[in-house]
Amino acid sequence: MSARWKAAALVAPLLLFLLAVFVAPIGAFLLRAVQEQDVAPVLPRTVAALSDWDGAALPGDAAFAALAEDLREARARDQETSAGAVARAAARLNADWPGFRSLLPMTARRIVAAEGPPRDALLSISEDWGTPLPWGAIRRAGGPVSDFNLLAVLDLKRDAAGDIAAAPAGEAIFRSVLWRTLWIGGLATLICLAIGYPLAWLMATAPPRWVPWLVAGVMLPFWTSLIVRTAAWMVLLQREGVVNAALQALRITAEPLPLLFNRGAVLLAMVHILLPFMVLPIYGSLRALDWRLPRAAMSLGASPLRSFLRVSLPLSMPGVGAGCLLVFIQALGFYVTPALLGGANDQMVPYFVAFYASRTVNWGMAAALSVLLLVAVALVVALYGRLVGFGKVRTA
Amino acid sequence: MTPSRILLWCFGTLAILFLMAPVLAVLPLSFSSGSFLFYPLPGLSLRWYADFWNSEFWLPALWNSLKVGTGAALVAGSLGTLAAFGLWRAEFPGKSLVMAVLLAPMVVPAIIVAVALLLAFGPLGLTNSFTGLILAHAALGAPFVVVTVLAALQQFDAVQLRAASSCGASPLRAFLRVCLPQILPGVAAGAVFAFATSLDEVAVALFISGPAQRTLPRQMFSGLNDSISLTIMAAAMVLVLLSALLLLAVTLLRRRSP
Repeated sequence: MSARWKAAALVAPLLLFLLAVFVAPIGAFLLRAVQEQDVAPVLPRTVAALSDWDGAALPGDAAFAALAEDLREARARDQETSAGAVARAAARLNADWPGFRSLLPMTARRIVAAEGPPRDALLSISEDWGTPLPWGAIRRAGGPVSDFNLLAVLDLKRDAAGDIAAAPAGEAIFRSVLWRTLWIGGLATLICLAIGYPLAWLMATAPPRWVPWLVAGVMLPFWTSLIVRTAAWMVLLQREGVVNAALQALRITAEPLPLLFNRGAVLLAMVHILLPFMVLPIYGSLRALDWRLPRAAMSLGASPLRSFLRVSLPLSMPGVGAGCLLVFIQALGFYVTPALLGGANDQMVPYFVAFYASRTVNWGMAAALSVLLLVAVALVVALYGRLVGFGKVRTA
Repeated sequence: MTPSRILLWCFGTLAILFLMAPVLAVLPLSFSSGSFLFYPLPGLSLRWYADFWNSEFWLPALWNSLKVGTGAALVAGSLGTLAAFGLWRAEFPGKSLVMAVLLAPMVVPAIIVAVALLLAFGPLGLTNSFTGLILAHAALGAPFVVVTVLAALQQFDAVQLRAASSCGASPLRAFLRVCLPQILPGVAAGAVFAFATSLDEVAVALFISGPAQRTLPRQMFSGLNDSISLTIMAAAMVLVLLSALLLLAVTLLRRRSP
């Protein structure tokens, strides 16, 4: 066996482990963004009957008959197994055409006793079946794959004819959530850079006996658990918390200030938590810097500012790039801190992933939002690779 | 000192104060004899620590955290060390892709891992189980082991392995007797990183573990979500002490490595 294969065999256990418990689960989860599994098993004949429908006028009698038969069968199956398949299909269809959550179960209940031709029976149960809208929703959700969720997280949806259009104003929230996520992440990164660079500079240029203290001052908070630091901010900022009690005792304010559950609290805690990730890489590259170079620049007549801008700063750019990358990527994924310290308007994409996964059990939307988040992260990583390169990162 | 140096020192001191003060300011509240979350304290007592010790969920949560963290550190430490050694030994096709997979857990947002594992582990019976949580945390901690051990291997001279094999040692024996003792501080530091990652993790624990596997951070998260009691501050104190111990361990290990 060649040395190459031996080396690969040593890497294989961890690689297989990560493929099994990390890559495959995430891949399978992300696929749910395009899979349609809820409607076709309940309405198989209807989906088939709608396949050659033009989407403009009402579908033909065959589709009405298929729907009546599908719903009778699905209701009987649900009563037997109590699987709730009709309710699941109704929830999925409701996401496309609001009204389906009640329309589908009601139709399934009443169609059992209905008589006469299916078209008249369905129209007598609800006039909604006389418009193309619910039929279009069924066809779009028929599967096996659709771009419904991916379009929904970009505030887009397909109309009855299949063309992409803007989603109605009431449903269009995700673009603003995405911008908010990028904005909060970007702002946190900039603030961390503004505080972190001077601090790293001080650490790299301080007299040797002070350096361990400064490093400890950064490392100790870095190692303190994220949940503890979030809890600390909650206790400091809450209505009957440390800061408000102190302000009132000092007679600066009469009433407690609303310091918690707002954007400022989220940013403050995020900067506090992420600052060490900015300081340590910059400190690493400043420590490795050859300090004779800026001194040489100054002895050749450059002002201290010019020597910094033309010599020290460019040489520390790998650290700055690594710090900004680490901070921004982590900021995009922040869930716990905004969930605890932010208000309704400060929640970022990860909150909505958790919301769809746990509250409404809408895996498709959770997966589509995850795709959005991962694309953002991948773009940042690729940008970093292009601008700085992965080989140059030095950590402290 | 020039004025700009003085300004830099003032700024740096304020920045360190900003990093240290919030946690240091709230921890003494855990010694309060009252139940308010502000100063001045009505008196000193250990009642919140007694509450932590006696309650039916806080102390078990601490044990669960230590158990899961140890399990994750062992799995990540052994697999990560082997992988780092392999990556260091030789070039092989697709190495950069392999490296990307190995380091991916560092950049993928935890909430995505949490929801994905909830879906994948459910049918396998790994949700609501220690095994599932340990496997998940090991995956999140493994990249830190790989990076730390790779850094330790950079200081190791590969000629020693050839010397060992020319003296008749098998590759395994050469690794165990020659290489491992020299990179051991790096391996241990990597395992400590993996342990710390597990000890700090909330999102995955929240989604895939059940009440029996409640970890300390998860217990704190639910406490903070409903009503903050000072027992949470006592738990925070325990976590801070644990983190300080881990930092001390890593610092000592760094000093021992060449």
